[in-house]
Amino acid sequence: MTLLETLDLTRAYGGVVAVNKVNFSVEEGLITGLIGPNGAGKTTLFNNITGLDVPTHGRVIFAGRDITGSPAHKICRMGIARTFQNIRLFKDLTVVENVMIGRHFKTGKSETKGRFLNAFNSYIRLHQEEEEIYERACEWLEFFDMEGMKDELAKNLPYGKQRELEIARALATDPKLLFLDEPAAGMNPQETDHLMTIIRKIRDLDITVVLIEHDMKLVMSICDTITVLNYGQKLAEGTPYEIRRNQDVIEAYLGKEE
Amino acid sequence: MWNFFLLILIYTGIYALMALGQNIITGYGGMLSLTQAGFFAIGSYATAILATRYGWSFWATLPAAALFSAFFGLLIGLPTLRLKGDYLAIATLGFGEIVRNVLNNWDSLTNGPMGIQKIPMITIFGFVVNPYKKYAFLVVLSLAVLVAYLLFQRLARSRMGRALAAVREDEIAAQSMGINITKYKVYAFILGASVAGVAGSFQAAFTLSVSPGTYTFMVSVMVLCMVVLGGMGNFKASILGAFIIQLISYLPQLTGLTAVIPPQFKQILFGLILVIMMIWRPQGLLGREQITYRKKGGKR
Amino acid sequence: MGIAEFFQHLMNGLTLGGIYALIALGYTMVYGILKFINFAHGDVLMAGAFIGLFVFDWLRGSAPLGAWTIISFFLAMIVSMGLSALLGVFIERVAYRPLRQATRLAPLLSAIGVSFILSNGAAWAFGTRSRKFNYPFDNTPITIAQVVITPHQILILVVSLVMMIALRLFVNRTRMGKAMRATSLDQPTAMLMGINVDRVISLTFAIGSALAAVGGILIALDFKVYASMGTMTGLKAFVAAVVGGIGNISGAMFGGILLGLLETFGVAIFGIPTGLKDTIAFGVLILILLIRPEGLFGKVEKEKV
Repeated sequence: MTLLETLDLTRAYGGVVAVNKVNFSVEEGLITGLIGPNGAGKTTLFNNITGLDVPTHGRVIFAGRDITGSPAHKICRMGIARTFQNIRLFKDLTVVENVMIGRHFKTGKSETKGRFLNAFNSYIRLHQEEEEIYERACEWLEFFDMEGMKDELAKNLPYGKQRELEIARALATDPKLLFLDEPAAGMNPQETDHLMTIIRKIRDLDITVVLIEHDMKLVMSICDTITVLNYGQKLAEGTPYEIRRNQDVIEAYLGKEE
Repeated sequence: MWNFFLLILIYTGIYALMALGQNIITGYGGMLSLTQAGFFAIGSYATAILATRYGWSFWATLPAAALFSAFFGLLIGLPTLRLKGDYLAIATLGFGEIVRNVLNNWDSLTNGPMGIQKIPMITIFGFVVNPYKKYAFLVVLSLAVLVAYLLFQRLARSRMGRALAAVREDEIAAQSMGINITKYKVYAFILGASVAGVAGSFQAAFTLSVSPGTYTFMVSVMVLCMVVLGGMGNFKASILGAFIIQLISYLPQLTGLTAVIPPQFKQILFGLILVIMMIWRPQGLLGREQITYRKKGGKR
Repeated sequence: MGIAEFFQHLMNGLTLGGIYALIALGYTMVYGILKFINFAHGDVLMAGAFIGLFVFDWLRGSAPLGAWTIISFFLAMIVSMGLSALLGVFIERVAYRPLRQATRLAPLLSAIGVSFILSNGAAWAFGTRSRKFNYPFDNTPITIAQVVITPHQILILVVSLVMMIALRLFVNRTRMGKAMRATSLDQPTAMLMGINVDRVISLTFAIGSALAAVGGILIALDFKVYASMGTMTGLKAFVAAVVGGIGNISGAMFGGILLGLLETFGVAIFGIPTGLKDTIAFGVLILILLIRPEGLFGKVEKEKV
């Protein structure tokens, strides 16, 4: 089943068209890769889907619902979570507090309605609610084997752990769809292998994963399907096998053979 | 002398209320707002006008003051909160000055530069809280500060407090984790404004008169100093900061050196405190409050 | 409004605007390089005015209005520019440089502190009563085609024009100017290209402060010199810088002149009482922040996610 799709999604900044009529679709349960040379528009596409940016044209449909132009916080509550290319942790909060933020809207009867009254409720049932949030957060930290450092300030974590913490935080929102923006950036081969295991574990939790990556080994070994962007347009789409052999893709990355 | 010390304690209490509010806005919310003087004024005048003109009792004017201030907090907050820190500071500074200008010029309502006098004293079931005999007033005020402290402390420990901290740390990440950043920033503003309004009420009930000249930019800076000195993100520290700053304010009178120490002494010192604290100890004297969490069953 | 009246207001507005422009330049240059609003800038203009006053009074002695008073006036201005530049550099070094890596709140709080120290320090040292800065020349107004101009206004126009042209030439034609532009565009890369960023920053503060001193002296001739004169004017100059597009030098010049015109014509056309004249600037500020926060000539700074 198609969990998410964009229909002719376009984002132009004045004269520059960063994303040009892209039809990007994500199948539920699969790990989808989004690749392309730098500047191809991958992060822009992410931003337009997740609500940090508003498309100039086109639609975004998630689980049958048109979410185009919705603000980021609403899209998160609908079940899409993400990480960032440049790691955006809450640096002066502790590791566990970062993950607890992911549980923020997971209280009360509805995640979208009656939030103000819900806040009152949270205020009164403070201890009980905090205990629940804390426990769930700790569970996610255990998933990443990070429970031992839960009271460390996020800014003091080593780089690889910071990336994992960001993923943990995103997972704490119980998403149906998880966008990872270059999760392997700056990682050495062992860390990358560890990341692959984690992504597979996430997939096994019935969470659909989309990842932007430049690490081809990672992409080719873990993705079920890959979409390639170049100059803001979709260049190709298919299995790793197909993409590896696609002339246009090879040209985009390596240039044309003269 | 002791009497004077009581005066310092009373002003500590009044300013502590504002400092608690400033702590929510700046210490937790990370927004540099210089509005407290404006809301302080609104609260004071609300009490003054309602009490002298319409015969309201102090206890009725208290929530009114808080509501008026909250309303203006919303009014100012909505348009300005998407401004970046630097611009927000100037915009909020401007607000405070506009309030003072309006109070000065709207003679029919506020009696202009002369202000309003003969504000009735607080009464509790017939007992008159005479501000000249400071003890009773101090007790009532301290209770108010305690209540505010407890309410805010609980808020900081809740998921709302944590969300506000997230907004402070990284707005984009906070939004992407489902937090409505605009709402939180506005709520922080409104809370800070309300408590400053309450402080204003107490001020009016203490000095028994109000005039525009009291509510200058200096007040906002003093409150900011209190939060910076004590420690941003720590409510106990805000109260401590309020005490220290008031002590400094009245140091010339306390030590009997009014002839020697110039009136600008305290302002220069406040300026120095801001600069020195930022360079030497930006977390303040007490630092940000660290929360310990517990799982069900009491285990950590 | 008749033609003559229009030109009268135009004249007044331009001279007022010229002063705002000079001061706004300091704000905008510092913001362009450090992305930071120097709250204390207005107080530097106050310091410049005081220095100018003292040096002028000292040099001039009791000489009657004439060549010597004019010469001593300009000498005083130059000395004030130099000393104010030093003050600006000193402030940057002591109160802002240590905070370059800190949270974005820290330098702002520090700047507020510096502003407080300066304005209250001046009040302590020189008292709170205002002092008169006597005109170095005979300031009787001249009437040209029904428009009344004072020599003071001519002075302001000429000096601000000269300063602005000089600044433009400096920034666009000299190596140091190029270094300044590079640093404001991309500091780390500028450093990698061998530019001494610390020195560029100090120079920026020096120039901004010197211009503020000129602005301060020019106003002082009109009004008086007093410890808190920097606050209001500084604030208005800040508004001018924002209107023009903070970080943009041409923007600051344009914004300054525009604000001067708005204030003058605002009072003239809408009959805003002089007591509330200051609120015009605040109104403009709120308007521009709501409609176009990056200013008329500014670029929208989108945060890259």
